[in-house]
Amino acid sequence: MPPFSLEADAALHPLQDASLGSLTMYVVPETSSLLPQGINVYVGKHRSALVRAGGGLAALRTLLQQLTQVMSFTASSISAALSDRVPSGQLGPDARRHLKSSLGYEITFSLLNPDPKSHAVDWDIEDAVNRYVQPVLDKLSLVANFSVDSQILYYAVLGVTPRFDKESSSFLLSAHSLPHVINPVEARLGSSAASLYPVLNFLLYVPERSHSPLYIQDKDGAPVSTNAFHSPRWGGIMVYNVEAPASPQVSLPLHVDVDMVRVMEVFLAQLRLLFGLSREELPPEFLLESPGNEGLADWELDRLLWAHTVENIATVSTTLTSLAQLLDKIGNIVIKDDVASEVYQAVASAQSAMAELAAGHLHLAFQASKEAVTSSERAFFDPSLLHLLYFPDDQKFAIYIPLFLPMAVPILLSLAKIVREARQQGTPERC
Amino acid sequence: MLSFKEEVPSPLQSTVGTMDNTDYREGGCCHTEQFFRSGHTNNWAVLVCTSRFWFNYRHVANTLSVYRSVKRLGIPDSHIVLMLADDMACNPRNPKPATVFSHKNMELNVYGDDVEVDYRSYEVTVENFLRVLTGRIPPSTPRSKRLLSDDRSNILIYMTGHGGNGFLKFQDSEEITNVELADAFEQMWQKRRYNELLFIIDTCQGASMYERFYSPNIMALASSQVGEDSLSHQPDLGIGVHLMDRYTFYVLEFLEEIHPASQTNMNDLFQVCPKSLCVSTPGHRTDLFQRDPQNVLITDFFGSVRKVEITTETISLDRDLAVFESKLPKDELATEPLKYAEQLPVAQIIHQKPKQKDWHPPGGFILGLWALIIMVFFKTYGIKHMKHIF
Repeated sequence: MPPFSLEADAALHPLQDASLGSLTMYVVPETSSLLPQGINVYVGKHRSALVRAGGGLAALRTLLQQLTQVMSFTASSISAALSDRVPSGQLGPDARRHLKSSLGYEITFSLLNPDPKSHAVDWDIEDAVNRYVQPVLDKLSLVANFSVDSQILYYAVLGVTPRFDKESSSFLLSAHSLPHVINPVEARLGSSAASLYPVLNFLLYVPERSHSPLYIQDKDGAPVSTNAFHSPRWGGIMVYNVEAPASPQVSLPLHVDVDMVRVMEVFLAQLRLLFGLSREELPPEFLLESPGNEGLADWELDRLLWAHTVENIATVSTTLTSLAQLLDKIGNIVIKDDVASEVYQAVASAQSAMAELAAGHLHLAFQASKEAVTSSERAFFDPSLLHLLYFPDDQKFAIYIPLFLPMAVPILLSLAKIVREARQQGTPERC
Repeated sequence: MLSFKEEVPSPLQSTVGTMDNTDYREGGCCHTEQFFRSGHTNNWAVLVCTSRFWFNYRHVANTLSVYRSVKRLGIPDSHIVLMLADDMACNPRNPKPATVFSHKNMELNVYGDDVEVDYRSYEVTVENFLRVLTGRIPPSTPRSKRLLSDDRSNILIYMTGHGGNGFLKFQDSEEITNVELADAFEQMWQKRRYNELLFIIDTCQGASMYERFYSPNIMALASSQVGEDSLSHQPDLGIGVHLMDRYTFYVLEFLEEIHPASQTNMNDLFQVCPKSLCVSTPGHRTDLFQRDPQNVLITDFFGSVRKVEITTETISLDRDLAVFESKLPKDELATEPLKYAEQLPVAQIIHQKPKQKDWHPPGGFILGLWALIIMVFFKTYGIKHMKHIF
């Protein structure tokens, strides 16, 4: 089936308003062959969609509603972004496990080789990062700063021993044991030495020769096609099986050249899932264009920006409110000039972000919200705002009474003497 | 090198096979569903020992036992802030250098080979502790000394030392009161620096420290009630001091039975060390906690069981695309000489205007005091003597 829709989308792209947050919908006749059979909505990889007419305006309106929910934001996606301010009973414990909005992220790719005697693994990570990861990060550069590093760890074992399955003559890691896999490795990842930004770890594990091939089982017992799993707010792990050599008498170590494309397809998919960009829940008549090497479509970037802008503004408002409450409670904290100026700037930026959001200018709103968050965090976490000033009343008495009581006794007695003398003088003297 | 495999004992191996069948048939409490209930994605621990001097060996041993359990159950060093106010292992009075024992037959060396102490000796102060909790840390602090928790972190805070009704003594020179601690936790809650917090304290009259908490999602345990003393366990005649406190000793025994996959819940921890063993009455407080302690696993706080999801989606990459030319400006690499990080905010100091020290007239109390003294003086000595004095 020739990709008419893809060509149409590419042809229409220069005619559109390309600003962030916009959405263009083209309605094509019902019998048009631009869209494949059975597909009523085609969503391109920029910010436009082709919709098949039919059924009148009412049907078109519902399609438009569905389309905006897919391509833009929904009430649930916004409330998920605000999940740490919403009472947790309403949302459920795993509502928001996407990465929190942050000014930067650090991505670490690690190759784990537990058996260097058998496998000499070679991965051309620099080339893979430049070719496949960098386009995605460039697209996401609007959202945050990214920095990438990589490492190879030898003799790093998973924390769980896999079971041998006779039927498939392979080793299996069941879904239950996956949570325990990460911890023993984490201590060796060195993620604590890096920057203060959240770290995303992507691990590629090449199983030992005695445990090859190793497959991951999902809850139903079927092997997972990607052979990978991820943990929210942490990163992902992929198991890379080395094909057993044809002849048993082969000199060890085997040289292994890792197929970086296959690996990066999984890692970049995990990166999308960690950010919350999933393409799973869609109405059946929708067709989404694959974004190719860019990793994410423009409208997915918009979704991310909407959620992050709202989250930033919410963070700013709670931060500044709690700072104000702190200052109300403890009146004698000193506010330095620069802290005060950060607070003013945060308030101004947050107000402008909200105004821009109301007007629909996503780009400006996001920039303003980022500035607001930076200023408010700097103000709130300023080291000078520490208060060690709680003095309970009985401590105050205990300190001042021993000092002033001995001094006060002669003063009070002389006061009494003065008063008595004054009274005596008041009565007229008699000769 | 094989120590990683030791961490998963063989019971896990055998239950992996049987757990599948029983869980799915019963359909009820599946393992995956159970730990999804808590909603946290990472675990942190802040372990504080506040006493110095050799005779307070047991407080350091207490803290190191909890550190050891927490590490064994999976929390990595990067997520543990360990504060020890004195060095017992390398203390000149220690007859067995480089060890800290928890049991009198020297069975368990809780110091181990890979202790990472973040705040040591004189760095353990009330100020630093509050800075760690609230996050108001100077920018030059290294990452290992920070508590970088977020709104999905479960934090375990363990404190031990000498305490009294409403306070805990730090380093024999200062105290932290229960009100300050409650305010620090409220600051943490305001900034959503924790999802749930477990506070354990092993001092005399420990229950007074959690009386004033008012922030949500905090569960607290203490070794003794107000008016009671927490007692130590056994002395070791070779080392010459008491090695552990009773409450932490029995908690350590309890935690030794826990492995990363265990389903033991908090109610069992509340039963640890009854009055017959501990002499004091341990207390706990759960009214601020939203979940039922029955549903809270020990590993929710002491271990680090990660939530995982199977990756089912992939994206398709074009293998033959030419090498991408990044549109972003590349950072200047090594063209400027490296320099030390700014530790002293010189720019801030220089540009801040010198504070005009406004002269305030003396306040009422001082004025009144001086007026009184001067009046008494003149009344006693009389004005006419002034010229002799001045």
